Amino acid sequence: MKKEDVPQNNENLLNGIKEIQYAVDENGKYTKVLSYGWKPKNDALKQAVNVLDEQIEDARLQVLEGDKSPLFFWMLLKQMDFSILKEYTGINKFRIKRHCKSSSFKKLKNNILQKYAKTFEISLNDLKNVPQKTIYSLEYNFNFKLKNKEIQ
Amino acid sequence: MKKIIDFKHEMSAHCENGVISNLLKFHNISLSEPMIFGIGSGLFFTYMPFIKMTGIPVTSFRPVPGLIFKRVTKRLGVKIKVQKFKNKSTAMNELDTLIEKGIPTGMVVGVYDLTYFPPAYRFRFNAHNIIATGKTNKIYHISDPIMEKIETIKYEDLVKTRFAKGTYKPNGKMYYIKEVPTDININPAIIKGIKHTCKDMLTIPINYFGVKGISVLANHIEKWPKKLGERKAKLYLGQVIRMQEEIGTGGAGFRFLYAAFLQESSNILNNKALNEMSEQMTIIGDRWRDFGVLSGRIFKQREKSKFAYKEAANILRDIRTKEESFFKELRKTI
Repeated sequence: MKKEDVPQNNENLLNGIKEIQYAVDENGKYTKVLSYGWKPKNDALKQAVNVLDEQIEDARLQVLEGDKSPLFFWMLLKQMDFSILKEYTGINKFRIKRHCKSSSFKKLKNNILQKYAKTFEISLNDLKNVPQKTIYSLEYNFNFKLKNKEIQ
Repeated sequence: MKKIIDFKHEMSAHCENGVISNLLKFHNISLSEPMIFGIGSGLFFTYMPFIKMTGIPVTSFRPVPGLIFKRVTKRLGVKIKVQKFKNKSTAMNELDTLIEKGIPTGMVVGVYDLTYFPPAYRFRFNAHNIIATGKTNKIYHISDPIMEKIETIKYEDLVKTRFAKGTYKPNGKMYYIKEVPTDININPAIIKGIKHTCKDMLTIPINYFGVKGISVLANHIEKWPKKLGERKAKLYLGQVIRMQEEIGTGGAGFRFLYAAFLQESSNILNNKALNEMSEQMTIIGDRWRDFGVLSGRIFKQREKSKFAYKEAANILRDIRTKEESFFKELRKTI
């Protein structure tokens, strides 16, 4: 890659942080160049964020329909899966899966709920509900808004 | 407690190289990032469909985290200490003791809880490297190679990142330099580094590693749309690009970084052939970028053709052929 070909597609995905790339200058010598980003990479990053947000929204709707429990929604919002949640809580995967069903979640005792709430760093009351509106994970978790969510 | 180590922070393309380079610089050994990368045999390829991260097969362009550090220090004769912990407060106390002694200390951390990190990068990815360079009360000073300046993180957040759960758990892993030799002979280290990379890329007898892994990935990519459906196939492909281009990989899956290493080594070893190899590696890096651009078009749905996946697979096959002959030739030049 030539120095002048180092991509500079700034979509402000990284809070203004530039990254180092190695490219060849006019004398054929490798040199460090700061890059604002590359389109395929930006798109892959946005894709990952969007997919996560879609899964979270699906989960939220399933909870509102009474299918899944809020636990399922919070697990996804905190970027966890059954294995990671198991490691954080010490509750086995089979039980977590069951707790993700609305019916069995309702019967849970406070000490178990407390474990989940603590892991997600939310209140017990939050854990028992899902938000009424669509949630964007980066915004909710890290207070960060993507300028342009769409992949263009 | 208040202790701030006088530490020169420099950004790098890849976190592990950067941490090593900055740690060595602290001990008056000045090596560029490409040199660290090459001596530590940082170039690699593996596609492991049987290991999944958040449900997607792992593709990686580097050896397991920590290996570059081990190799570089060993090849340069630098003595190091690496520790892992079960107990969180022991891990933090040990860190404090080192900081108090004025020893900058490397740590492996998960990026999800890294509060100063760009939010869009905060996934549950656990193989990031940072250096603790000081502490004021309950705030740690951190040299992170992807950040422009020294950052800070709170005690409780640092505990979380050091004990993040999921794939590649860091278990509080930390490391530091104990002793550096008075004079360093870099030439044999370069040669060892190159030989090891050739071996890794050509001779591991498992199909998922080295150049063979690139072919396996090509074969799988071709089948993804049929086997997984359009949606999931795109997701899988997106993940390959993220691994190829995201933090740490420095673009084109490290190929340019390696080309820079070969160029620098050509001067040090006074070996012109290495410079020619560097030019070849640049061409290979450009091919990886072609693969990235096409894949980007596919998962953006701009490329609707059924043959697009096949085309992407064919670029990978071309890369495999090129890399195979590249490493065979490289082996002969040193």
